[in-house]
Amino acid sequence: MKKRIYFDYAATTPVDPRVIKAMEPFFNKKFGNSSSLHSFGFETKEVLENSRKIIADAINAKTTEVFFTGSATESNNMALKGVAFANKGKHILVSSIEHDCVLNSGEWLKKQGFEVEKISVDKYGLVNPEEVEKKIRKDTVLVSVMHANNEVGTIEPIKEIGSICRKKGVYFHTDAAQSFGKIPIDVKKMNVDLMTASSQKIYGPKGAAMLFIREGVKIDPLLHGGGQEQGMRSSTVNIPAIVGFSKATEICLLEMKKEEERLTNLRNKIINTILKEVPNSYLNGHLKKRIPNNVNIRFSFVEGESILFSLDSLGIAISTASACSSPKLEPSHVLIALGLKHEEAHGSIRLSLGRWTTSEDVDYLLKVLPEVIKKLRSISPYKKDE
Amino acid sequence: MNNGFYTKEVIKHFQKPHNYGKIEDFDGLGRVGNMACGDEMQIYIKLGKNNKIKDIKFETFGCVAAIATSSVVTDLAKKKTIEEALKITKQDVIDTLGVLPPIKIHCSVLAIDALSEAVYDYFSRNKLPISKELEDRHKLIIKRSSCHS
Repeated sequence: MKKRIYFDYAATTPVDPRVIKAMEPFFNKKFGNSSSLHSFGFETKEVLENSRKIIADAINAKTTEVFFTGSATESNNMALKGVAFANKGKHILVSSIEHDCVLNSGEWLKKQGFEVEKISVDKYGLVNPEEVEKKIRKDTVLVSVMHANNEVGTIEPIKEIGSICRKKGVYFHTDAAQSFGKIPIDVKKMNVDLMTASSQKIYGPKGAAMLFIREGVKIDPLLHGGGQEQGMRSSTVNIPAIVGFSKATEICLLEMKKEEERLTNLRNKIINTILKEVPNSYLNGHLKKRIPNNVNIRFSFVEGESILFSLDSLGIAISTASACSSPKLEPSHVLIALGLKHEEAHGSIRLSLGRWTTSEDVDYLLKVLPEVIKKLRSISPYKKDE
Repeated sequence: MNNGFYTKEVIKHFQKPHNYGKIEDFDGLGRVGNMACGDEMQIYIKLGKNNKIKDIKFETFGCVAAIATSSVVTDLAKKKTIEEALKITKQDVIDTLGVLPPIKIHCSVLAIDALSEAVYDYFSRNKLPISKELEDRHKLIIKRSSCHS
């Protein structure tokens, strides 16, 4: 099999071998149920609390404020639905570029009688905190704005939005699935009441995520049962996945500074080279307020799925949010919210970098991508390369 | 290569599409779809003796399936008379490719529509009588306002 190069770390990451090693004992040696009152249970309970401590420290939270869940989708569902039902008021604000799990939780809440209003973004994908302030009403219970967008990588002014929400007495949730482990997070400094983070985006296993819930926030659980996670998330605790999640967090923190710099350099090289070498190509998102590993570029006159499959046949894995690649044949709501026309959204691709992306990988990509675009444009009825 | 979404045949036609490009002195040009919908096709035909399609070319903006179906429909129509070419169905296109994912069936419709429009264009340019069937088909194609209907 020929070499395959992965440029889709924002979709999911491989598990770091150090993480696998840390998880190993917890499948069949230390397998106890952390709720059991015997030595098998005690040893996993202890490791669970250590894991919680690592993650709490990573975001400057108390251990009692970290609740493990099964996925970022679950955490986001819990934040929206849990806060909506536990508090008086019926108005919820979400940004228009949230992940589907936030938007669709909002859609479901509408059916239950809540009013869910969207906050717009500018052409870079940035939320204007002033708009949030204007839109908050007396009956607003929650504002949810993601930390970094999954498609275009834009980093939102979380601290400013959080401070407005605090002033107005409204809970503030941020989905940090794409930023946690990649850029520094401090829930206190960022004025965040609830925050989602995920393991499978940071070289940990799938099946573990968390919701930070600041002490005092009123919220109902989604799952009722044996009362694990302080009664907030009943289910036998997934110890191996959580151990992996915390080990992955530990590694990300240790390597963050260096990795942030390395990926930012590779990212900028990709962006600058493509924009220079491919006519009619444009960057989606913000040039600077951008997570280190995200590239999202729009090519006129070609369609994203065609680019994706052309690159796949050359061993390069990327992603596109073009309509033709979606089951609904609708283009990405994120790109449309940024003000792109449908035909512009169709020609956009996302490249996301990660721990095993090398500068050779980037060079290979930059060698073949302009050729792919050129070939597809030669088939297209529209303007060819100048 | 089989990537689990498209058949080998689809990928083959996508990677090395047949008959793409322009015919400058075409006899008919069919244009369907639009960029906002994500796919647009243009088919050029050049006729020879006895209304035989001597040359045919396409230009397509679109996904893998749109490019592959354009390639196949132009292959199928080449050397046929225009009457025979109008009998090509979306099923003929799909059969050549093996199978298309359900959400991509509309691409095969687009491809046969582009061909039919090219023939219609030839007739109307030359003020030739147009059958009711072709006229109705033409009306239906240009009436389509929403994407992928």
